[in-house]
Amino acid sequence: MSATTHAHDHSHDHDHGPPKGLMRWVTTTNHKDIGTLYLLFALVMLFVGGGMALVIRAELFEPGIQFVNPDFFNQMTTIHALIMVFGMIMPAFAGFANWMIPMMIGSPDMALPRLNNWSFWLLPFAGTMLLATIFMPGGGPAAGWTLYPPLSLQGGNSFPFTIFSIHLLGVSSIMASINIIVTIMNMRAPGMTLMKMPLFVWTWLITAYLLIGAMPVLAGGVTMLLTDQFFGTSFFLAAGGGDPVLFQHIFWFFGHPEVYIIILPAFGIISQIIPTFSRKPLFGYDSMVYATASIGFLSYIVWAHHMFTVGMPLAGEMFFMLSTMLIAIPTGVKIFNWLSTMWQGSLTFETPMLFAVGFLFMFSIGGFTGLMMAVAPVDFQYHDTYFIVAHFHYVLVPGALFAALGGAYYWLPKWTGHMYDETLGKWHFWLSTIFVNLLFFPQHFLGLAGMPRRIPDYATQFADWNMWSSIGGFGFGLSQLLFVWVVIKCARGGARATDKVWDQPNGLEWTVPSPAPYHTFERAPEVR
Amino acid sequence: MAGGDDIRRSNRRLTLRLAAAAVAMFGFGYLLVPFYYLMCEVIGIGGRTADAVAAAPLRVDAGRTVTVELTGSVNQDAPWEFHPKDVKLQVQPGRLYTATFVARNLSDQPLTGQAIPSVAPGTSARYLKKTDCFCFRSQAFAPAETRELTVQFYLDPALPRHVDRLTLSYTLFLQPAVQG
Repeated sequence: MSATTHAHDHSHDHDHGPPKGLMRWVTTTNHKDIGTLYLLFALVMLFVGGGMALVIRAELFEPGIQFVNPDFFNQMTTIHALIMVFGMIMPAFAGFANWMIPMMIGSPDMALPRLNNWSFWLLPFAGTMLLATIFMPGGGPAAGWTLYPPLSLQGGNSFPFTIFSIHLLGVSSIMASINIIVTIMNMRAPGMTLMKMPLFVWTWLITAYLLIGAMPVLAGGVTMLLTDQFFGTSFFLAAGGGDPVLFQHIFWFFGHPEVYIIILPAFGIISQIIPTFSRKPLFGYDSMVYATASIGFLSYIVWAHHMFTVGMPLAGEMFFMLSTMLIAIPTGVKIFNWLSTMWQGSLTFETPMLFAVGFLFMFSIGGFTGLMMAVAPVDFQYHDTYFIVAHFHYVLVPGALFAALGGAYYWLPKWTGHMYDETLGKWHFWLSTIFVNLLFFPQHFLGLAGMPRRIPDYATQFADWNMWSSIGGFGFGLSQLLFVWVVIKCARGGARATDKVWDQPNGLEWTVPSPAPYHTFERAPEVR
Repeated sequence: MAGGDDIRRSNRRLTLRLAAAAVAMFGFGYLLVPFYYLMCEVIGIGGRTADAVAAAPLRVDAGRTVTVELTGSVNQDAPWEFHPKDVKLQVQPGRLYTATFVARNLSDQPLTGQAIPSVAPGTSARYLKKTDCFCFRSQAFAPAETRELTVQFYLDPALPRHVDRLTLSYTLFLQPAVQG
């Protein structure tokens, strides 16, 4: 990371600027510094987790066992997921929250700056501990990121390290959430009422509540795993009267809100980008807020749709099926509001808008396959096949990740004071879009044809689509190097960005100079 | 800034409340454990059979026969041979039966095992009542010992009419050595 921090040192050279040197980043309590750290950490983890994905795709390029043994393959699927969820996408959105929320609500900083520093600095340690398990005797965790017992309890030395790193990642995100809620509730500029807040702030407020509700439940669940293994409890051990299915309920009670913890900030970013490039205010602001809140509530009562095949009374299957389908209503409200915002707008398609429109289209594909799997009787066919892999990657990659990339392009000029290279940005978008579809779309076919997930080998009839999928995977991974280059180039120089950056952006962040000074809104702005 | 102390105080109050909420949700995770078993019991799923019941004098439904299939299996590589003596019993609801399993310690070590029952279909589990069962206690085996294990049960005549076949299975787990 130190190579990239130098690039940033240059862009903050002015009066009352930050102290120099490495210790600035270790001791910083500035929301912009911490936001930058979060974003850089997420970028590094994108490539770490992405590298593991490429190990998986290389192995699946052809049938048979080529490069890695099955146990290492299982470690890759497990750690790839844990890193991407807890180490990449959540820190990325926490980075956006740190950078943008204080500027959007006219606050000088986060409410709890020192806690903020701590929340970030737990992450590198937790991430290192998780990654270090790969080099332990017996290798890293290999039971899938869901850590289902009894399999996860049969792991080697990596098991307690995995659990502790999940604890640390959880503590980090809970502290960040507390900070975000306190900031939003107490630090708004006078006149910035709740219903005037930009939608990104709203979605993060609800996300933070979801995190506080869900993350501790996961912490409890993995603690039970830990005591089952080392302290003689029997929460999930059948021999001692426990029940492994109980873990699945606890895990998914966390796991489903987690899905929306990942996607709601993405919704927020999209809701900032689309109005700017449509040159119209967001259509249906109030309904967007209520839709977000409804999604947040519903996320707590649908968890067992991940467990249709585990065994449930008919009434249970019906309840979880119908409540899951209900989520399509507020999500549909959002999609149609975005479309209505674009309707008759004077649209231009700069890179952030391209990513937003790509998000809209491809996230909807993932949403529809989600709706298909909500139907309990057909879920029995899709369960644990590549169809579910295609589904959740569509909502996470061209969904959440595209929103994060779009947000990065959207605010980069504000962060660095320079315009990014528009041509390269467009190349990045189109290459990513083509390859991400090549990567994940064929997986729908593979899943419907019955290819099981998390297996390093497959029957030969799946060979062609797997080959295409792997080509897409490598193409997508390499395309992201272009993004790194765009960011480095933009941090180093380029055309000067104006304060407004875009034609008609809305929000307080566009009233401060570009690059945003180290301290903003020390005197609260006037909000009408 | 004017009112800075006020903001600091309310920040502190909200932080503590949210932290308390996080701690409470950690506890809620543990609360899900008893809640889960309660739900299983109320709905009657999970395939668990209840603890011992006293043999209540019941009306015997002599006009009805239910097949009870017995299976025995061993968890992972635990060194036992374990199987039922008879794989099928023809059972009249309300009458008390004894089923016998045979277990043989294949190792030259003393072993302690615990059998865990399961009934399929799971929704019928609550109608299978045991007055005594080897699964109520852990079972100690001398090296290479062979022993018969018995379970006494009856079917509640309230068993839904459409159920004409149930499976009662036991899995024998190696009981972990008790740490001192």
